[in-house]
Amino acid sequence: MELVVFVLASVMVVAGAFGVILRPHPVHAALSLVLTLFGIAVHFVALGAHFLAAVQIIVYAGAIVVLFLFVIMLLGVDKSENLRIEPLPVQRPLAIVIGVGLAGLIIAAAVRARDRIAEGPALESGGDSNIKALAQNLFADHVFAFEFTSVLLIVAVAGTVMLTRREKRGDAS
Amino acid sequence: MLAAMQPTTTWYLVLSALLFSIGAVGLMVRRNPLIMFMCIELMLNAVNLSFVALAFRFGDINGQTAVFFVMVVAAAEVVVGLGIIISILRRRPGATADDLAELKG
Repeated sequence: MELVVFVLASVMVVAGAFGVILRPHPVHAALSLVLTLFGIAVHFVALGAHFLAAVQIIVYAGAIVVLFLFVIMLLGVDKSENLRIEPLPVQRPLAIVIGVGLAGLIIAAAVRARDRIAEGPALESGGDSNIKALAQNLFADHVFAFEFTSVLLIVAVAGTVMLTRREKRGDAS
Repeated sequence: MLAAMQPTTTWYLVLSALLFSIGAVGLMVRRNPLIMFMCIELMLNAVNLSFVALAFRFGDINGQTAVFFVMVVAAAEVVVGLGIIISILRRRPGATADDLAELKG
């Protein structure tokens, strides 16, 4: 059963990822990104991270992708890009070589570390206990970092508003 | 026999490596700044997946807390990045990543 879930979710993740990088149309790429994010959320549920799965759906698929689609529509860049044009001649083969090399290196590292991560106690994965454990960890051990993220969000929002504000006509600056 | 097989942590790490590499290739190949941003999201999700898989394996909740912070920072990063993209594309419609060289002094 776990195997079936793993294979299906992995197919979703990889198919969505290829959709993001291969689809010429930005809207299709954003929708492929949703597929990938849902697959990751399924993996999170299978790994007992129920709260993070919910946050993944709400924040990533719900907010970030909608923000992407909103910007695509706002700017009117929703037309297909011609992927046949290749401005830098060797860029694509080089990128594929680098990507395959990167994947090979990380997979080799994971396989080498296989024995060290083979055994260990699995995390308690009951529905409530995951959220409780995460909350205790977040609000007791990492409370300073948690408060700091609120500062980060405020700064990000204020900075973005300043950045995208249209300047008034006649304003010298 | 096949049904008895359990996905191990190594499988999750391999999937995460694949996802990260696909995101990296997309970042290098695509020229639309919006799609490059989506590729960064793919890479962040690959890292999140490996964090959660290892947190599960070692029974350590700190991995999930790290994923939570990564998500918050990713949200802030997307907001700022899309703001920059909007203000650039408003000035030059249809700009690709190559045109951003004008940001140089």
